[in-house]
Amino acid sequence: MADLVINSRSHVEPNSNRAEPYVVGQEEGQDSSTNAERPRGTSENDGIPREEYEEEDEELELKYGAQHVIKLFIPVSLCMVVVVATVSSIAFYTETDVYLIYTPFPEESSRWQDRVKDAVYNALILLSVVIALTVVLIILYKQRCYLIIKVWLGLSSLLLLTFFTFLYLTEVLRRYNLGLDWISLALILWNFGVVGMVCIHWKGPLRLHQMYLIFIAALMSLIFIKYLPEYTLWVVLAVISIWDLVAVLCPKGPLRILVETAQERNEPIFPALIYSSNIMYSVLSDTDGDTRSPSNPEAQGVDISNSTQENLSNPQNTQNSTETPPVEGEPTNGPVAKPNQKSKPKKRRRETAEENGYVGEEGGFNRDWERESEERSRRRRQQVRNHMDTNPSHTVPGAANQEHNQSDIEEEEILVGKASSYGDWNTTFACFIAILIGLCLTLIMLAIFKKALPALPISIAFGLFFYFTTSFLVVPFTEELTIGQVYI
Amino acid sequence: MTIAQFFGCTMIAFGPPLSMFVITIARDPVRTIMLVASAFFWLLALLFSSILFMVVTPLKDTIAFGAIFSVLFQELFRFLWFLLIQKAEVGLRKVSEGNIEIVENKHILAYVSGLGFGTISGVFSLVNVLADMTGPGTIGLKGDPREFFVASAFTSLAFILLQVFWGVLFFNALHKKIYWQLIYVIFSHLTCTSITLLNPFYAMTIPLVWAVTILSGALAFRAVGGTWRSLRNAMKRSPQVVQIQISTSRNSIDAGGATAGLKGCFA
Repeated sequence: MADLVINSRSHVEPNSNRAEPYVVGQEEGQDSSTNAERPRGTSENDGIPREEYEEEDEELELKYGAQHVIKLFIPVSLCMVVVVATVSSIAFYTETDVYLIYTPFPEESSRWQDRVKDAVYNALILLSVVIALTVVLIILYKQRCYLIIKVWLGLSSLLLLTFFTFLYLTEVLRRYNLGLDWISLALILWNFGVVGMVCIHWKGPLRLHQMYLIFIAALMSLIFIKYLPEYTLWVVLAVISIWDLVAVLCPKGPLRILVETAQERNEPIFPALIYSSNIMYSVLSDTDGDTRSPSNPEAQGVDISNSTQENLSNPQNTQNSTETPPVEGEPTNGPVAKPNQKSKPKKRRRETAEENGYVGEEGGFNRDWERESEERSRRRRQQVRNHMDTNPSHTVPGAANQEHNQSDIEEEEILVGKASSYGDWNTTFACFIAILIGLCLTLIMLAIFKKALPALPISIAFGLFFYFTTSFLVVPFTEELTIGQVYI
Repeated sequence: MTIAQFFGCTMIAFGPPLSMFVITIARDPVRTIMLVASAFFWLLALLFSSILFMVVTPLKDTIAFGAIFSVLFQELFRFLWFLLIQKAEVGLRKVSEGNIEIVENKHILAYVSGLGFGTISGVFSLVNVLADMTGPGTIGLKGDPREFFVASAFTSLAFILLQVFWGVLFFNALHKKIYWQLIYVIFSHLTCTSITLLNPFYAMTIPLVWAVTILSGALAFRAVGGTWRSLRNAMKRSPQVVQIQISTSRNSIDAGGATAGLKGCFA
């Protein structure tokens, strides 16, 4: 099942040529933004330009926060809807009869202690698989085996788009007792898979791309819901989000290493590098429909989402300190610089590229995808806005931050999906709200601390907390209320 | 029948809140976030009341006890939420830059958080019933009240709207220091919950709850500066004019004595 581990989209074109121009662009963008901001800042708190400036930054971040949170809410909610609808109508996904190879302990014992023990073992095995894959990926990247990484990612997404889609489709057809001949099925799968591969790895209409990302994220979480034993699932969620913390915050964290390597090489992070739970990147290529000029440097933006915040932090720093003229010229900050670019008014880029989500594990990558989509839409909006209003304020700094947060989606879905599989809708909604709040809090903390934070842990912790408290404490109470027809 | 009933009841209970959300909230990210956050506060209130309910074992059979304390917890968390918003006002102003309305007009936030409370409480009280409604089987075969589903849906709607009105009144009372409104909110909340303790006598409980709803709605309408004239204008004209009407009503508040809260924002 190595396949599960990976998915991704990659479209990376590390062009050194681009690096330079876009750097320039970036500079310009920043300039304009700064100019624009300044007056505002002054008017607001007259005086003390320095502080005011910083305040402005914060403000921008916050502001972006609001829109981005919504950008996150939408894909997360859509994904959850798909997962919940599937889980509650199709029994196939709630019965765990076959286990993933990673989880050899079946949790069949009747004593809960044994089951918990099994679950912990399973989760640790899974975690070590994730770590191992991450390490392999890093080594490959360090050795510049891009081809292998690309193939790996391509195969994994191909598998998802064909085989697992096939499974899903047959279960849906079975559930609703519909007939479909093999020829049509083959035709449908072929078309769906090929279009999906093109959209994900190369380019396609924005909506279509987002749709595929959401679908893949949902499919992935359904697979985990189906194939992981119950307790294991919970433990895995917790473990992965802790791993996320480590990978992002620890100085030698794998994510960090990846990002640093990419920066050293002055390349956008290889799309492939994104890790599941953590990193997501998106590379934008500016194949803008209209402006097809390769010369547009702006085109490439790398967003790191999720845990990647580290990356973010870098860009942010540059941006925050924007004022300190970034070395734009230098190619060195290739990846870092990219986020800024978004801000540029001129660019209309289409983010064809994507993040790559490599995911090793459950949680991570779905979100990545989603995030990507969000990012894209966000960028879109920004672009539009840019065109529309001259307000430079959309300087990207804020934007960069927000992207990070997106990563958690998938785990959350898993959580919500699992919650809904128990048949109590109150729990499902409680988890949903808790996760959304977790997302908001992550964003707020990002704005406050201005450093990279892993996106997963807060929402997952909230989700888990509300899952258990709701099912053990709240549900008995609300059932009493419902039986008595008492409204509160 | 089951599916039709499911959709019918869903629309009865959640149709109005859904349209309120789409028309007034969805377009503004800040409002949406505040909506979710207030729903989260309601969840916390429910969590605390459940804990209390579970812990006080002797009273576990008396649902009235749990319900009454749950109401008190909700009002407490509404107050905490209010405090939080006050604290966050500076941040909010920054966030909503370009759309200062939400800070300027306190009633918007009050309305949004009321709707957040209402929606989540409606969801919690009705969603499992709705899930059962899709079948298999239906209710009423053994002499139980057959109107159970529809009655539940209507009561839920009343409570959702009540929460909106209570939110507006509660915040208004705190801003303007009109404490009778505060007392009214707590008292009417307790009253409504107590009324529903009488279920399943729907013929009595539903009209009573709805009467309180309409009264609260009228009070909330007055509290935000609405008048007969503005209501008539709103009814008569096109949606565009509704916007204007809202802004004029706000101006009228300002002109007519400007509450401390509003002045605070301008300062």
